[in-house]
Amino acid sequence: MSSNMEIVLVGLNHRTAPVEVRERVSFTNEQARRAAEELRSRGILAETLVLSTCNRSEVYGVPPETSHECAPGLSSFLSEFHSVRPDLLNVSLYHHYDREAVRHLFRVSAGLDSMLLGEAEILGQVREAYRFAHEFGATGPVLNRLFQGALEVGKRVRAETDLGTRPMSVASAGVKLAERIFGKLRERTALVLGAGTISEQVVAQLRDRGVAHLFVMNRSRERAAALATKFNGRVMEWGDWETALQIPDVVVSSVSSEEPVLLRETLERAMSVRGNRALFLMDLGMPRNIEASATKLYNVYLYNMDDLSDIVQQNRNARESEVPRAESIVDEHVGKFLSWQASVELVGLVEALRARVQEERAAFLEARLNRIPNLAPSDRAQIESLMDELLEKLLVEPAQHLRSEKDLRRKIHNVEALRDLFLSKREKP
Amino acid sequence: MNHLFAILTVVAYASSFGLYLAFLNAGKQLTGRAATILLAAGLVLHYFALLERSRGTHTVPYHDLSGSMSLFGWLLALTYLGIELYHRQRSVGAFVLPFIIVFFLAAQIAPADKLSAPPAHGPVFAFHVTLSILAYAAFALSFVLSLMFVIEERLLRSHKLTNVVWRLPALDLLERMSHSSVLVGLVSIAIGTALGFIWVDRLTGQYWFYDPKYVITLLVLFLYVCYFYLARTAAWRGARASKLCIFNFAIVVLSFTVVNLYLSNSHRYF
Repeated sequence: MSSNMEIVLVGLNHRTAPVEVRERVSFTNEQARRAAEELRSRGILAETLVLSTCNRSEVYGVPPETSHECAPGLSSFLSEFHSVRPDLLNVSLYHHYDREAVRHLFRVSAGLDSMLLGEAEILGQVREAYRFAHEFGATGPVLNRLFQGALEVGKRVRAETDLGTRPMSVASAGVKLAERIFGKLRERTALVLGAGTISEQVVAQLRDRGVAHLFVMNRSRERAAALATKFNGRVMEWGDWETALQIPDVVVSSVSSEEPVLLRETLERAMSVRGNRALFLMDLGMPRNIEASATKLYNVYLYNMDDLSDIVQQNRNARESEVPRAESIVDEHVGKFLSWQASVELVGLVEALRARVQEERAAFLEARLNRIPNLAPSDRAQIESLMDELLEKLLVEPAQHLRSEKDLRRKIHNVEALRDLFLSKREKP
Repeated sequence: MNHLFAILTVVAYASSFGLYLAFLNAGKQLTGRAATILLAAGLVLHYFALLERSRGTHTVPYHDLSGSMSLFGWLLALTYLGIELYHRQRSVGAFVLPFIIVFFLAAQIAPADKLSAPPAHGPVFAFHVTLSILAYAAFALSFVLSLMFVIEERLLRSHKLTNVVWRLPALDLLERMSHSSVLVGLVSIAIGTALGFIWVDRLTGQYWFYDPKYVITLLVLFLYVCYFYLARTAAWRGARASKLCIFNFAIVVLSFTVVNLYLSNSHRYF
């Protein structure tokens, strides 16, 4: 176990640093390993974990000695490691210690510190960073406990609040809606009209949700082919609606056209050929690509850009209203972690005190009892046993009390002060 | 002892309902699993409560309103649990458990029946009763599922996406669960009714009497066969089939209430 329990965090994120700086300070896995090794060999950190995503680069560590001064050393290490001028880097870096560092990590893991509130990817990234650091032995008991706590917070927030459940982009809202109708999309087919940026976003989401077959239609066949190739789909001839609309369960349209591309009449015919199998239409064109009255057709679900934007806005509000619940889960786990930290420190301190007292007792008795003349061995034994009883009362009882009472540990915040007070030689657990 | 099982059953069902609600709200898998386990525990306890009740009569408890309602609640819970495990979908639990609890509680407070029991004994009769009540329980379940389908479909088509829509099962799944449930009901009612005819024949030497209950039961059978067939056709698949399923259950309720109480000579409580 490292001799220290302090936690230090130095990092930057999308709020403190522009993308140019974030890019330069990001770590690959190999760099993270090298940084951890160098930090240990230089005596800056005993335990190290690097969390690097596209929006943040953070170094969590436990210094070998009790010292809050290791943060500047860590900052200059970062600037040297990434060859970034210190003045440029220092304005973007934040430093947190102990409680604040723990809280920061737990909020990150909960998705509360993300650019997109409640996004799910960060939990996976925290898990991966921890797994990697743990595998090559850069973490120790403190960071292990801290990151296991962070993963638990992330899981609980996602399970117990709506922070991450609702879609936050038009593309993902559309895909989630399709899942409300069809369930899992693994056996479903999608047809995408248009090959622009929005189409690509939706296709990426559809592929991500496991859609089985993907067809792309575009006025320019080359662009359709490019999109189809990228996402392992197939190209369909533009304009052959009768055939095209027979198969898919989901149709996404994002074509620039003054007139609607899909008329109600076309869809009505298609529905009859399809035997009225449910059809989900996502109209992302502006002006709209699908005749609005198609929404009246039986088993047709039509959503346009405005409908989906409304859902995204509602979800944004709903997510924000979930923040207090998520914060209270974070608080609960910060308390748990600090209580664990304090208990380990205190138990160590009490052990050190006991050893010290035992040592003093022997010397004290030896010196004082020898001065008393004619002391019978039975009296000597009695005095020794009385002394033992007193010491036992003074030390063992509080130690047992400490082990069994959680709250007591929380109340004793400054272990360092206790150590200074009782152990004049600054012995450490 | 009877009371002990009854109290434990209510506690298990009520806790299961609470957990299904929590699962619907937060989607936590562990909560869902606990809800299912409590439902299963409720089923076992409910079984013992039924056993206590039927011990004196040495047959299925159908002689009074209380017994048939309790049996109905038990079979509803059993069918639901089967469908839940088959389709691996727990979001429906929160909508089904209230019905199970209401039937169980109603059975506990129903007044004792003063009329003499019909000459009804033997395994054929017992299976006739049990399978018929199982069929009605399965139809009740398909009613709940179809109602959920119609409501969710309407919300999705009118773009009214309330919180609950994101937690409900997908329309496709509701439709499939309803089909499974109706299939269980159809098989049970077909066998149950056939056994009824066999039993009547043994008792009186004649299959058919004119009894409104016979007519309405055959009508129910016919209507659910229609649903089962039409739900796969172009014109009916989706909301229309679900509405038919809801209508069918209205006929079942009619058979249970008006026909049993006022018109039938041979059926009182199922």
